[in-house]
Amino acid sequence: MNIQLEASGIKKVFNRRVIFRNISFSLRERNTLLITGRNGSGKSTLIKIISSVLSPTAGSIRIVSNDMPARPQAYAQLTGLVSPYLQMYDEFSAREMLSLALAIRGMRASGTIIVDLLRRVSLEDRCDDPVRTYSSGMKQRVKYAFALIHRPPVLLLDEPMANLDAEGVAIVQDIMEEQRREGILIVATNDLRDIRTYDLQIDLNAIH
Amino acid sequence: MPSIEPAHPSWLLSVVSIFRKDWQSELRTRYAISALAMFVITTISVILFSLGSEGAPPAALSGMLWVVIFFAAMSGLSRTFVAEEERGTAMTLQLMASPSAVLLGKLLFNLVLVMALNSVTVVLYGALISGFVIRTYSIFLVTIALGSVGLAAASTIIAAIIARANTKGTLYPVLSFPILLPLLLTVINATRLASEGALFEEAYGEFQVLISYIAVVIATSYMLFDYVWKD
Repeated sequence: MNIQLEASGIKKVFNRRVIFRNISFSLRERNTLLITGRNGSGKSTLIKIISSVLSPTAGSIRIVSNDMPARPQAYAQLTGLVSPYLQMYDEFSAREMLSLALAIRGMRASGTIIVDLLRRVSLEDRCDDPVRTYSSGMKQRVKYAFALIHRPPVLLLDEPMANLDAEGVAIVQDIMEEQRREGILIVATNDLRDIRTYDLQIDLNAIH
Repeated sequence: MPSIEPAHPSWLLSVVSIFRKDWQSELRTRYAISALAMFVITTISVILFSLGSEGAPPAALSGMLWVVIFFAAMSGLSRTFVAEEERGTAMTLQLMASPSAVLLGKLLFNLVLVMALNSVTVVLYGALISGFVIRTYSIFLVTIALGSVGLAAASTIIAAIIARANTKGTLYPVLSFPILLPLLLTVINATRLASEGALFEEAYGEFQVLISYIAVVIATSYMLFDYVWKD
């Protein structure tokens, strides 16, 4: 898929406080964007704006898919997000959660796509237990499966290694490598060990 | 080779899946069903004890039926959006579905809940309150059906508005009352006509008001929901 993500003049104001302004960038498939900045600098806010769950005060985000601008309603199919503030429906099992994630996006799973993804994040043994019984690291792995189940061309990761053990870190590194090869990867972190290579960096400390 | 179908996502599947998600979640947690059931039982008991053997005129009994339904609805119908905010899953839903699919899925869930609530309330009220007699069933059934749709439609958008406020519990009935007042006055009047044995044609005016109310509330909700849901 030919994919392009364009941000133009993004500005966000909360309670009269300017979080950031005039952020513009353009990404294509196989591009990686790194967002850095101290706590409270607006990394998560910028990630939410790019994933279209928050409106910017000024500016716009545009996704172009196969040379056609995507409708805002299609962003749910084009983006996947993993972040500490993303919560799963914990009365459901991981398997139910993934099936739900596809169905609510208006898609149907066929074959073994859900089982394969659960195996990839090493949750196949506990995939029928309710998510509320999982440890924080396992919940983080469910979030990765949730973000990847619809194969989004744009993957956004906020603090990607939070709560993960060594095995989890290796799984996420593998997911990031694959996304880097096939789509657009956007990572917000202050720990540069999380990301080995990137094409573009936005340092929010330098933008006010 | 595993695959995802269809290539063009179905909006209708999205709506039905949100309804199914809420319904399965409700069956597992029983937040709204418990609140509604307890409210209906306690309120009807209070009415029963306060009336004693004295009874009340049909107009007053029709009004009291809708008082029970209104306050029971206020205790349970906000859960659909409030629970998403309180558990932090609102953003998860935003990532999966378009605002219009969320609104319609939630509306469908509240409609089923109101229909169930009204069925149970009417049966209990009719069985326990001795003076409450329905003489024109056609008027009563249409009133209950249209009243349920109107109540579900208004409660859904109000729940979405108050879900992010700090004082949700207080705000919900306070904001709902003026919005639901035209609906309540009309259904109370139509129920009175049904209990007095009026002809079906005599209730046309009430039905027209109810249909107009439903159309206006759903159209307004559809136009407002993007702004309410996003920020």
